[in-house]
Amino acid sequence: MSILFKKRRNVTLVPNYVVLILLTIFALGPLVVLGFNSLKDSAELGSNPLGPPKQMILENYPQAWEQGNFSTTIRNSAILVVGTVAGVLVFGGMAAYSLSRLKMRGSDALIIYLLVISTLPIQLFLVPLYSLWRNLGLLNNLFGLILIYIAVMSPFPIFLLRSYMLQLSPDFEDAARVDGANEWQILWKIVIPLSWPGFLTTGLVVALGVWNEFLLATVFLTNENLFTIATSYFQFTRRFGVDWSLTSAAAMFMIIPVLVLFLIFQKPFIEGLTQGGLKQ
Amino acid sequence: MTTIEEAKNKRRQSRQLIFRKMLPWLLVLPILLISITVMIGPAISSFYYAMTDWSGFGAAKFIGLENFRLLLEDSSYKEALLHNLLWLIYVTTIPIAIALVVASLLAPLRRFGMFFRTAFFIPYVLASVVISNVWRNLLSPTKGIGALLAKVGVPGLDQAYLGNPKTSLFAIFFIDNWHWWGFLMILFLAAMQNISPDLYEAARIEGANRWHEFRYITIPGIRPTLFLMLLMTSIWSFLVFDYVWILTQGGPAGGSEVLGTLLFKNAFFNFEAGYAAAIGLTMSFYGGIFILLFILGRRRGWDI
Repeated sequence: MSILFKKRRNVTLVPNYVVLILLTIFALGPLVVLGFNSLKDSAELGSNPLGPPKQMILENYPQAWEQGNFSTTIRNSAILVVGTVAGVLVFGGMAAYSLSRLKMRGSDALIIYLLVISTLPIQLFLVPLYSLWRNLGLLNNLFGLILIYIAVMSPFPIFLLRSYMLQLSPDFEDAARVDGANEWQILWKIVIPLSWPGFLTTGLVVALGVWNEFLLATVFLTNENLFTIATSYFQFTRRFGVDWSLTSAAAMFMIIPVLVLFLIFQKPFIEGLTQGGLKQ
Repeated sequence: MTTIEEAKNKRRQSRQLIFRKMLPWLLVLPILLISITVMIGPAISSFYYAMTDWSGFGAAKFIGLENFRLLLEDSSYKEALLHNLLWLIYVTTIPIAIALVVASLLAPLRRFGMFFRTAFFIPYVLASVVISNVWRNLLSPTKGIGALLAKVGVPGLDQAYLGNPKTSLFAIFFIDNWHWWGFLMILFLAAMQNISPDLYEAARIEGANRWHEFRYITIPGIRPTLFLMLLMTSIWSFLVFDYVWILTQGGPAGGSEVLGTLLFKNAFFNFEAGYAAAIGLTMSFYGGIFILLFILGRRRGWDI
């Protein structure tokens, strides 16, 4: 009986594979075309806009790097990523520690507060925030945008870190307390080392979010020298939109670091993004 | 001497006690202050600014509900809201259906399952600006896929999908969905893998076919995830901005204008910040309706 079923299943899985392979072409084909086009000169692009390059040309890359001002924009984006990740991990980690390991009064209210702010649409506070930031001199200021990113991106990491810390056995802490360790030492020597997968996951998710973010970077950084890699790429495609080889090479600068990191840290990435990092 | 020492000790101890009691709140204070400054404060003042004629600079004059009255008369607002409602219909049907079907095709796989999951997830981690540019090229009427098909004998598909007011909104949705469905699929797949295989086994013995399994075991098994994602995508469909702004800025001829782009133009190009704040309030309000329906449904005992 069971052999019969197995046989039936093996036969019926063929259509599954056919559909899935077609969808793989749909999902990855555009990226392959992007890679191809980054290696063609404009003459070849005119006659062959979708196929593989007849001869590989690498000149688009240095040219796109130069024209797209990538040395500046990558630095800006790197500062935003590092600052936001550090802020979210430190402040979010502190809050998660407080919510999970210390018997904090009012922690339920705080969790509700975090749930509420995680669903607040950016458009609800964007306009007054813009004017507040202008009055505080934080427009066109990387630090000013880092503060916004920390606020907007921290609720989910706090929940995730809290769930990691709740799983830790209290025995280690109790033992350390008996040995005279204070709360800081317990946090740094015990809780953080034991919940580091949570920190890695949230760090990756936040870094990806900042690297790709568009709306807030467009509004709060309008000075060309402070453009992020995303907003400058947008301007770049508007200026050089007809030159596909150039815009394709520029796109590669933006997606290669993401793809490399994603393929290395696939498991924490997918886990972090699907476990409630539900932001489009 | 000893009494002084004792008193000092006691003070130190009580200070430590206070510190221990304060510590949990001290640890949450930074994130609390940052989020109140960035989100809560401005969100509350949005309610005030929405009732003013504020330009975004300087003083704001209180005009009551005038902005909301203007919204009702504003034909571009109505058109944008209509586009958001269309978007709501698109995102609650097409990606959900694709993700459900693909997840149930992928769930029984023993080999290459990981490969397909990775392949379908990759578009989700890429930046909207890059995805938009790739697909703008692929949808080009002269050099894109349609042009290629016309060349090999399949005519009629070489249209300027993004340049036509009738098709631009759906073209943008198509591009957004290209990066979205894989993520949704992984969520559904994870939920499906929590369904007990015994249920499928039992159904097969009863003679159930694939459709029966899907309809009576898979769908009920992932219902919480399904409803949560329907709720979230409904809320988000009033907030769409990135892909619309990057691809068409709401054009051509307002063909893809949504509330998000309308707010952006009013706030930062027309200097109608009070009016923009009112638009932002309504966008949040529409999403709030869905949260309310969700909560009410749960209270009434619907299994969602």
